Amino acid sequence: MKKPPVLSRPAARGPAPLRGKRAAHLLPQTRLGGPMPWVIAIMVALTVLAAGGGLALDNLADRARGELAGSATVQILAVDPENRARQAEAVAEILVQDPDVAGLALVPQDTVERLLEPWLGSGNPEDAVPIPALIDLRLRGGADKATLDRLRGLLAERAPDARIDAQGKWLAPVLAALSALGWMALGLIALLAFTGAAAVWLAARNALGSNRDTIEIVHLLGGSDHQIARIFQRSILFDALLGGVLGLVLGMAAVWLMGAQFSALDSGLVSGGGLESSDWLVLALVPAGAVVLAVFTARFTVLASLRKML
Amino acid sequence: MSAPEEEIVRFDNVGLRYGTEREVLSNISFTLFPGRFYFLTGASGAGKTSLLKLLYLAQRPSRGAIRMFGTDVITQPRERLPAYRRRMGVVFQDFRLVDHLSAFDNVALPLRVSGVREADLLGPVADMLEWVGLAHRADARPATLSGGEQQRVAIARAVIGRPDMLVADEPTGNVDPEMALKLIRLFEALNRLGTTVVVATHDVHLLRKVPDSLIMRLDKGVLSDPTGALRYPPRRVGAGE
Repeated sequence: MKKPPVLSRPAARGPAPLRGKRAAHLLPQTRLGGPMPWVIAIMVALTVLAAGGGLALDNLADRARGELAGSATVQILAVDPENRARQAEAVAEILVQDPDVAGLALVPQDTVERLLEPWLGSGNPEDAVPIPALIDLRLRGGADKATLDRLRGLLAERAPDARIDAQGKWLAPVLAALSALGWMALGLIALLAFTGAAAVWLAARNALGSNRDTIEIVHLLGGSDHQIARIFQRSILFDALLGGVLGLVLGMAAVWLMGAQFSALDSGLVSGGGLESSDWLVLALVPAGAVVLAVFTARFTVLASLRKML
Repeated sequence: MSAPEEEIVRFDNVGLRYGTEREVLSNISFTLFPGRFYFLTGASGAGKTSLLKLLYLAQRPSRGAIRMFGTDVITQPRERLPAYRRRMGVVFQDFRLVDHLSAFDNVALPLRVSGVREADLLGPVADMLEWVGLAHRADARPATLSGGEQQRVAIARAVIGRPDMLVADEPTGNVDPEMALKLIRLFEALNRLGTTVVVATHDVHLLRKVPDSLIMRLDKGVLSDPTGALRYPPRRVGAGE
């Protein structure tokens, strides 16, 4: 009888790990499940949208804060036009010499009237509705309370009807709302990450269940938990990469379209909410985060399930 | 007085029960030594498969101690068990071939798990399939193979890595007498190279095919030792006792 080959020529055990294509064919399904790439694509697209919105809001708030940080407005509320003009000149004369004041500009009366035209109508007679004189003030050290109080003290004698307000104070509720929206976007991203991880967890458990016999055989032949986990990781890696790229394209397109729509509004505040190139880079990293999260979740799920086997 | 032979497996008062049922194996104590050929016999339902499951580490005992390859495997963390399993070849009673893999890939599986490079395994696997008469069915899936062919694939998979211990559960149950003899000769040849062989069978004719074999007999979960070689310390077979 011919000698069996294994007796004369045993295969040398070596360092070639059970991974990649060598391991992929151990599972009949090369993917964890049909819908998985689509689920990941939707999650990534929504995350890109939420992150894009959050970053735009953050930029908008930052720019508004930066612009308003050293700005204040002086209003002279005197009813009599001559008195008002006299006080406005006095205010300009006093403030222009102050070391904290970087510059000031008296807003022309016709500009103020034009701004108020939607509410007051055109041709408002001077004495029908008294319109305050406005002075736009730029401060060197920021419009903090101490500086404004000191300036109020300087003006109190020669311009008793002058009121100084930090411009930031008017926009504080808007900035607070923007901040709340930013936090909401962050919460939405966290929820999406959690939901994505849960979907991967379910898919991995399902794949484990349907391939239980194969896994047991590999186990009994000496396969380790990490070898088996790598098979599932590889599968989810391809799902996540596919879904991530698809989701990124969809999400980026949606963010770009939204940006184009808002920039068409031609509003000073809204146009400040554009995305920087670094923001686009952050959005491009969302799929990478999704891939890492999916692979980590699959690995954790598979290892936790395998620990229940001997 | 000769030095005591190094044991490869030692069971001490091992018991096994499934759930809250009565024990299917009770007070099992024996030792197996390297390079020996053991038959495990007993009627159907005697507990042969349960005992083999303990041997190939598919089951933990309910009580008792098991040492394999010089290590207490009961207290070993499960991460270390694959290393012991890789030193064994197992022929399962129900073959347990991977349905979606070809005969070739099923036979290659233990080598791939052990880290053998693809270039190094192609030849040995092809030769092994040829030797069991299945070279022409290398690409066939198990579902398309007959019972006997599946069994030969399962045996080829068990021996391809030339294990330290071969555990076979009714390995000749589905093959013709000629192939059964051929397989037993393969087991003997492996045994002569140092592999400890444990074959569970209820075929008494098979026992006579390997004259130097030792016999363990299970009866309703209790092990008897008709050849006297399983005791600890063991009685030296052929030592004139």
